[in-house]
Amino acid sequence: MTKGEQRAASSERERSSKSLLAARRSPLARMPWWIRDLIYAAVFIGILIGLSYGLEAIPITGMAYYNRIIVMIGINITLAVSLNIINGHAGQFSLGHAGFMAVGAYFAAYLTVFHFGPIVDKLVEGSTYAWVARNALLLTAVLAGGLFAAIAGYIVGLPSLRLRGDYLAIVTLGFGEIIRVMILNIDKIGAARGLSGIPTWSNFFWVYFFCGLTILISMRLVNSSVGRAFLAVREDQVAAEAMGVDATKYKVKAFIIGSFLAGVAGGLFAHYTPAYLNPTMFMFVRSFEVVAMVVLGGLGSISGSIVAAIILTFLPEGLRMAKGVLHMTKDPRMVIYSIMLIVLMLTRPQGLLGRRELWDVLARRKDTIPEDPRDEGSTPTDKLDRDAGPPVT
Amino acid sequence: MQTLLQNLLNGIAVGAIYALIALGYTMVYGILKLINFAHGDVFMLGAFVGYYSGRWAAAHFGDQAGSGMSWVIFAGIMLLAMIACGLFGYFNETIAYRPLRSAPRIASLITAIGVSFFLEYGGQFTFGPDPKFFPTLIEKHLIHVGGITTTNYQMIVLVVAVAFMALLQYIVYGTKFGRAMRAVSFNYEIASLMGIPTDRIISMTFVLGSSLAAVAGILYGLSYPKIDPLMGIMPGLKAFIAAVLGGIGNVPGAVVGGLIIGIIESFVGGSRFSNFRDAIAFILLIGILLFRPSGLFGKYEAEKV
Repeated sequence: MTKGEQRAASSERERSSKSLLAARRSPLARMPWWIRDLIYAAVFIGILIGLSYGLEAIPITGMAYYNRIIVMIGINITLAVSLNIINGHAGQFSLGHAGFMAVGAYFAAYLTVFHFGPIVDKLVEGSTYAWVARNALLLTAVLAGGLFAAIAGYIVGLPSLRLRGDYLAIVTLGFGEIIRVMILNIDKIGAARGLSGIPTWSNFFWVYFFCGLTILISMRLVNSSVGRAFLAVREDQVAAEAMGVDATKYKVKAFIIGSFLAGVAGGLFAHYTPAYLNPTMFMFVRSFEVVAMVVLGGLGSISGSIVAAIILTFLPEGLRMAKGVLHMTKDPRMVIYSIMLIVLMLTRPQGLLGRRELWDVLARRKDTIPEDPRDEGSTPTDKLDRDAGPPVT
Repeated sequence: MQTLLQNLLNGIAVGAIYALIALGYTMVYGILKLINFAHGDVFMLGAFVGYYSGRWAAAHFGDQAGSGMSWVIFAGIMLLAMIACGLFGYFNETIAYRPLRSAPRIASLITAIGVSFFLEYGGQFTFGPDPKFFPTLIEKHLIHVGGITTTNYQMIVLVVAVAFMALLQYIVYGTKFGRAMRAVSFNYEIASLMGIPTDRIISMTFVLGSSLAAVAGILYGLSYPKIDPLMGIMPGLKAFIAAVLGGIGNVPGAVVGGLIIGIIESFVGGSRFSNFRDAIAFILLIGILLFRPSGLFGKYEAEKV
């Protein structure tokens, strides 16, 4: 064989192996990306619609109660994953998530109560028009609430240009409380009485639709250039800036994205039964709960946030049986809940999943994504310590 | 002028209580770099110990308000609350924070939140969620000085708070323990290399901070006799702001911060913006942090590569 023939033969072999590979790949992988994504979206929405009808059809007494827990889990997952973008990925410790949620909830509720509600009321009850208008207007209100929360997030994110670590945490906490006090003083949206009479348009489908969207955004974000910049800022801001990453821009970006999603979650929460809002619902204790979910799951781990959100939402409800089991006259569930939170944190200080994702843990792929040495507590330099002063190990 | 002085006096009396709580925050932060969110609830615990022991004392010694015996009972109750909260602080540190000493710092922040929830829900569980009325330990009477009205309670608050602040100042800057404390706060590792029993120092710091919170709880119960298990949340938060305002980790800063917050709140409460009383502390904090990112007396450390 001459050299030319050899080359031809080898390239032929390559081509055939390539085409073999292509044939072996699933038909989904050979499609243009946008058709593939459309199919994924259709499947996701189909599953959601099926589940939402299926869940209502389950003939158990008190199914409404279980449905409510499931929806609350969805809202908390959205909150935890969105906070994870700010706290876990971009490393900006925020304690004001309840404030963003409040902004989204109140703005969306304001729109539906005073503007969108009357429109739907004019339509025939139960008609297709009413159904379409209701869902379209809910979507508009929720997205508008999210946008409003994003503006709040932008304003709150600005001090993060100057403040680090714990100082930023307390300022975000302060913004959350200021938002709450401002709502307390706006009479139009109920002030201290709370806002009632919100149409109950939100349901399982919308909550989990946005929950899935949040997870998708978060996952795509981590592997995008923006997400890489977030990680760089989290790991070492000075080094990131030296490499040409505009730390300021990305910090504010993280706040805007995170607060937008929190606002959406708030809007959905406002329209779910009992569809009543009160400023006390959005006290900083609510932010603490979300932070606990993110840290318990493992800072920076999306699936960790999801798992922890499910556990910490379900736990207080599941503990309702404790009263009967322990033969107590008072309900000890919240006491047990807080003890379990402490014990969980003591046993897994690096969070349930550390910085890994659930699928890495399940596949035991320790080699591809090394567990952060910091998680084991072997190195003394913790990121937050470096921000705030000398390390404490 | 008179309302001005009146507001100032009321503000100082509230601010002194905030300052006592803020001292606990700032000491723990200075030494561990940990925001001890449970501290506000330790303050609540102190008030409840005072409530129950006050009721016990009233049942055993009869109503002593007005006689000289009331001062003895008052001091005894305060001591009891300090011991109880000090013990709680000790166990809180050894159980919830010490195992996480080498873990990421945020983990102990979450256990602090857990301990805070535990105290709040545990308080609702054991004491009941309804407000209780703090027993009248000392007879209340008004004092009129040149147009401003004050009570002997405000005087007691001021005297006791100043006494304890002076005591703390002495402990931190005048004793061997205080020097060890400052050494640990300066650099944990080098302090332990120099033979300082760091764990014991940290525990003692918690005991000290928690007993100051107990004093604040009793004084608060005396001045505002309605106590409930969630009463620690807002004063705790404001005290924390006071600590940050003064430069967290700085002992005199916490006192100044507490007084500033108390006075400003008192003035806002007396103006037509009284609805924003709870927000004003934060607005002030954000305003100050934007210009002095480490608080009024904190030292700003430029980040080195």
